[in-house]
Order: sequence, then C-alpha cells, then structure tokens
Amino acid sequence: MFEIKNLKASLADEDKQILKGMNLKIGAGEVHAIMGPNGSGKSTMSYVASGKGGYVVDEGEVLLDGANLLDMEPDERAAAGLFLAFQYPVEIPGVGNMTFLRTAVNAQRKMRGEDELNAAQFLKIVREKAKALKIDADMLKRPVNVGFSGGEKKRNEILQMAMLEPKVCILDETDSGLDVDAMKLVAEGVNALRDGKRSFLVITHYQRLLDHIVPDVVHIMADGKIIKSGGPELALEVENNGYEGLMNEVV
Amino acid sequence: MSTQESIAKDGVDAETVDAVKTVGEKYKYGFATDIEMEYAPKGVNEDIVRLISSKNEEPEWMLEWRLDAFRRWEKMTEPKWAMVNYPEIDFQDIYYYARPKSMIEKPKSLDDVDPKLLETYKKLGIPLSEQAILAGVEGAGDTPVEGRKVAVDAVFDSVSVGTTFKKELAAAGVIFCSISEAIKDHPELVKKYLGTVVPPTDNYYATLNSAVFSDGSFVYIPEGVKCPMELSTYFRINAENTGQFERTLIIAEKGAQVSYLEGCTAPMRDENQLHAAVVELIIQEDADIKYSTVQNWYPGDENGVGGIYNFVTKRADCRGDRAKVMWTQVETGSAVTWKYPSCILRGDDSQGEFYSIAITNNMQQADTGTKMIHLGKRTKSRIVSKGISAGKAQNTYRGLVSIHPKAVNSRNYTQCDSLLIGDKCGAHTVPYMECRNNSSRIEHEATTSKVDDEQLFYCRQRGMGEEEAVALIVNGFAKEVLQSLPMEFAMEAQKLVAISLEGSVG
Repeated sequence: MFEIKNLKASLADEDKQILKGMNLKIGAGEVHAIMGPNGSGKSTMSYVASGKGGYVVDEGEVLLDGANLLDMEPDERAAAGLFLAFQYPVEIPGVGNMTFLRTAVNAQRKMRGEDELNAAQFLKIVREKAKALKIDADMLKRPVNVGFSGGEKKRNEILQMAMLEPKVCILDETDSGLDVDAMKLVAEGVNALRDGKRSFLVITHYQRLLDHIVPDVVHIMADGKIIKSGGPELALEVENNGYEGLMNEVV
Repeated sequence: MSTQESIAKDGVDAETVDAVKTVGEKYKYGFATDIEMEYAPKGVNEDIVRLISSKNEEPEWMLEWRLDAFRRWEKMTEPKWAMVNYPEIDFQDIYYYARPKSMIEKPKSLDDVDPKLLETYKKLGIPLSEQAILAGVEGAGDTPVEGRKVAVDAVFDSVSVGTTFKKELAAAGVIFCSISEAIKDHPELVKKYLGTVVPPTDNYYATLNSAVFSDGSFVYIPEGVKCPMELSTYFRINAENTGQFERTLIIAEKGAQVSYLEGCTAPMRDENQLHAAVVELIIQEDADIKYSTVQNWYPGDENGVGGIYNFVTKRADCRGDRAKVMWTQVETGSAVTWKYPSCILRGDDSQGEFYSIAITNNMQQADTGTKMIHLGKRTKSRIVSKGISAGKAQNTYRGLVSIHPKAVNSRNYTQCDSLLIGDKCGAHTVPYMECRNNSSRIEHEATTSKVDDEQLFYCRQRGMGEEEAVALIVNGFAKEVLQSLPMEFAMEAQKLVAISLEGSVG
C-alpha cells in the first residue's frame, strides 16, 4: 500500500543529510504513528514524500500502490492519493475556503480523468462533511486559514482530507497547539475517515493524541531512521521514560 | 531504485521553460482576419486629417477642430516621465485610417455586415446578435443562472461595424451609436461636450487623437433614465502597421445611470502597434457612470517582440452635485501601458472610485494609476490598485490625489498592493498627494508581497497544478477589484488573470 524504502534525503541549500535510510510499510487500513525527538526527521519525511521544494533525494523510493511518488509532481502525488495535513496550515488571502476546496477537488478529479463536480454537487457534499467537523458556513466562506484559530485551522485540514478522500494521510503534528477539546474533535474527524482501506501515518510528540487515534503500529524515529517499532504500548513507554532510554537501548 | 537529483526544483524549471516558450501562443485572440481593407496613405499631416474627416462625412466645424488639434500636436513633444522604455515611435510610419472595404457603403443593419467581420467577433466571443447573453456565475455556488442583455458597439480598426439593441435603447431615450454617427446625427450634443473633459491640448497622445480619431462610441443617457441594459464597446485592431485612435464620449444627464464595458484585443504581430484613445465621461447631478475595461491587447512575445503601445487618456468630470463615477480596469495586455483614468470631482458630495488590476508578464511594462481632483465640498474618492508582476516585467502605480482649498471635508482612501512572482520583475508605487485645506483627510496604504513557496506548495499538495495555484493566489490578491466588475466580466477577468500569468512561475 504505502511504503518508504531506504529513503535518504538532504537539504538542498546545505549539504546536510536529514533522512538516512528510512524504511516504513503501512498496509491498507492501518494506522501507524511516528514519534521521535525534535530534529529526528519526522517532518522532513512528510515533506519529501509530498514533494516540497528545498530537499534533494539521495536514494530510495516512496511507493503508493506500487508507483514511486518521487517521480511525480506534488499535484500528481496528491491525485495519486497522498494527503499531508500540515503542521502549520498556510493562509491564502482573498481565496474563499470553498473556492479553494472545490478547485482542489476538481483538479484531482480532472487529473484522474473523472468528471468535475458542479457547484450544486460540491456544495451538498461539503456541507455534510463540514457539519460533522463543526465547521460552520461562515468558516467555509472566509479566506483559506486567514484569521482562523489554531483549532479551526486543524479542523479545516481534516475537512480537506474528508473532501479529497486520499488513500494515505500523513498528519504532521496535527495535535500541536490544540486544547483537549479541539484535539478530540480532530481525532473524531480522523477516526470517521477510517474505513478499513485508507491508511494513516500520524506524526506526534505526545501519547495523548494516540489515546484518541489508536495506532496499529508505533515507530520511534531518531537521526533520520526508524529505530524501533512496536504496538501502542511503545508510545506509553516513550511517555513514561522519554526517548533517551530507547535510543541508548538501540545503540 | 530511483534516484532523483532534486525533487521539485529541476522538474519545475524544465516545465517552466516549456511553459514560457508557449506562452506567446496562448494569447487566444492573436488571429488575424483576412479581409480587403482600404487604407489612407501612411503617415500623418493635414491632408490625412482632412481625409479622415471626409471619410466620416463630417461637418466643417469638426474638421476645423481636428486641424486645430493637429497644428498644436506638431509643436508638442512626447511625454518621457513614465517608467517605461520603448524605441522611438515613427509617427510617419503608421497608417492612421484603415477600414474594411465592405464598410465603405455603411451597412444599413447588422444583417448587411460582411459575414467575415461578424465571424471575427463571434470568434472573439462577442456575438453581434441581439440575444440575451447567458451568464452562469458562481458566487457562493448557488447564484441562479440568468439571461442578461448587453448592447455592443463593435469597432474594427478605424470604423464601427455595428451597434446592437439600438432600437430598444432609443425607446428608453438612450442614444448609443458610433461617434462618427453621433457627429452626423447629434451634432449639437457632440459639439457641446466633445473635448470639454479632455481638451484637445491636454497631452501629446490626446492631442494626436483629437486630430485623427476615426471612430469610437457615443452614449447619451437623458435626465432621470436608468439605462435598461449594459452597454459595451469591443475594440479590435486587425490591420498591420495601423494605429487605432478611438474616441468615446459618454454623457449622463441629471439622475441618469449607466454601466459601460469595453474590451480590446489584437492579432499577434512582430511590429508594435499604437493605440491612443481618449475617453470622456460627463456626469451631471445625481448621475452615476460605471466604466469597466478589460484590456487584453496583444502583449508581445516572451522576448518583448511586438505588442500594442497603449497610450490612453480617460477622464470623468463629475459636474453636478452627488455625481458618481467608478472606473474599473483589468489591464493584462499591451507591451507598454500608459494610462491614468481620472476623476474631476467638481460637484459637491461627488464621488470617484478607481479599481485596478494591472498584470505584467514577460517583458511587459505598465505605468498606470489615476488622478482624483477634489474641487467640490465633501467629495470622496477611493483608489484600490493591485499590481502583479511576473517574468521581467515592470509595473508602476502612479497616482495623484489633489484636494483643493474649497474642497472642504473631503476624503480619499488609497490602497496600492503589489504582488511579485519571481525575482526578475519590478513593482513601483509613485503616489502624489496634496491636501490644501485642513478639514480633509487622505489615507494611503501600500504593500508589496511575493507569491510565496509555502502557499504554492500548499495548493499543489491539494492537487492543483502550478499555474492553477498561481492563478488562484493572484485572483485572491485581486479579489476586491474583481468584485467591482459586472458579473460576466468578472468571470472573464478571472480566466484572463490565469491566462496572462501562464509560464510565470519557476
């Protein structure tokens, strides 16, 4: 389904390798979590997989249903089914949230050779999905992420995810900056999208998100690699003992 | 095992290079109509002025007016203060009059117009038939689709091909015809108003226009009449080496209202062509004119070869109290633009607004803005200018706000925003402000920003292509101005924004 194979990548501007041979395999319908200390390469992995500029791939593959995403443009990767929920969702002044969503949905449909949704069809779907995430009509009309609270921004990311119906979702520290209630709402939104086929990769620093989005597998990442994988109990271990013990253990 | 040298940068660059190569081809109005033309001899002199006047079968006073302008023009020099560079224009190497041969005998109705001409306008998306235009507009997504009527005056090179809905408009008392017809049929109105807003001595290009203008539109809305439909003029330059010098005169009497649109395109040619128009608006007490322009003259290719020189003088005179005027312009075309639609706020409580989007890509240059002259008491003006530069283009906002001593308690608000795409283009803001009483207030805000990589990546991760993403971001930037356009123009303008920025990223 989704597989990262021996991925090595560096910053384009400085000769510094961040990912140093990362391996990861997520089956259809599975939820995996990645935890790891700051600077271990978690976010870099999500950027390299989705095609953000500023990185150079030195080696490796990122496969989605057998196709190498690294050979594609960022929008092709999205249409292939990869979604990244941003840690810091970007503001786009003057562009209505609804316009943005519809443009994105139809761009992907077009690239996949499907019919574009007309205004009425789109509106019906978006209203349904927004309601579940407690996103009101006003938020749909406002410019993308402009003046949104931290919680609104993250809910908006989940709404985009719900509308785009990706195969693999990477959530980059989606819990950062959220209070407990907002986090629950976001987690519920994600859980509602678990359908036995869609896969998730949840990047987080904290065990608490994993109480709400329960992972099948937990990976610990350090210095550009996965150093340990296990069940949900591994997250608890990190919560109790920190990363240091784990890292020493591996070395 | 696949190894990629660089994930985004190289891939994008190669694509951009290709896109830039084809951008010239993407000007979809670049076709030429193969049609037999009648030309005046090249160059300009008193004989040419006489010839143009006689072709239009003008009365003696009109010829004298032209000759007077021509004699003044000969003594004038081209203005050099704008932030634009172009090779010297040889004014004797231009045709000043070109008309399709089929137009020598003026067609009695649209049915008699040469099918080739009608076909040209159809191809440009301007059907010259009296049918309601269907405009499906997406606002919140559930705006109803409705039929609207728009009357069109179609100007082809030097002559008006025809004007639609004339009868229906006449029933409401509205006169809408070409200026050449107006000179013959309504000489008293033309004589009373022509040159009273932009005098023949105004500036180099306006004076030249006064001498050699061949056609354009004339609108007269009588007292208390709200024009029953939108009026529009579609200007098309077709002939080679030909200048287009059109003249538009719009008069809104007391309490009258009208919304007027103009559109412009030209074929792709390697030679530069001159377009020097004059537009005069006269707005009486409580009257209201909305004037919208979508200027899409051929901009030249990516190396700056060819394209239109668009040197235009547009001015509105709010003569009566509470008169209102609104200029909205979307400037995407032309190699060089020199244009400052202005408002003279003479009547007390009169209002002037100027909304502008100017997009320059590749080698295009634009020096555009407005002048707000506050003369009456409690006059208000508002300027919203959005300049977008890409490629190696230069985009200058130049504006004057002048509040005179008697214009007490007046207000101006100016907002100038510039958006840069790439690092080889330039944006400049040159605001002049003078306030000569102490009860008035001028506010000015200016910003310059870049389309940033984070925004682009965000859009692309959601599935949008690079150019689609840029167009979306730019449309967002220019939203305030796009919203001030009439509906069907707003849709067209949004698309135009996307087309004119193709190949701008990388």
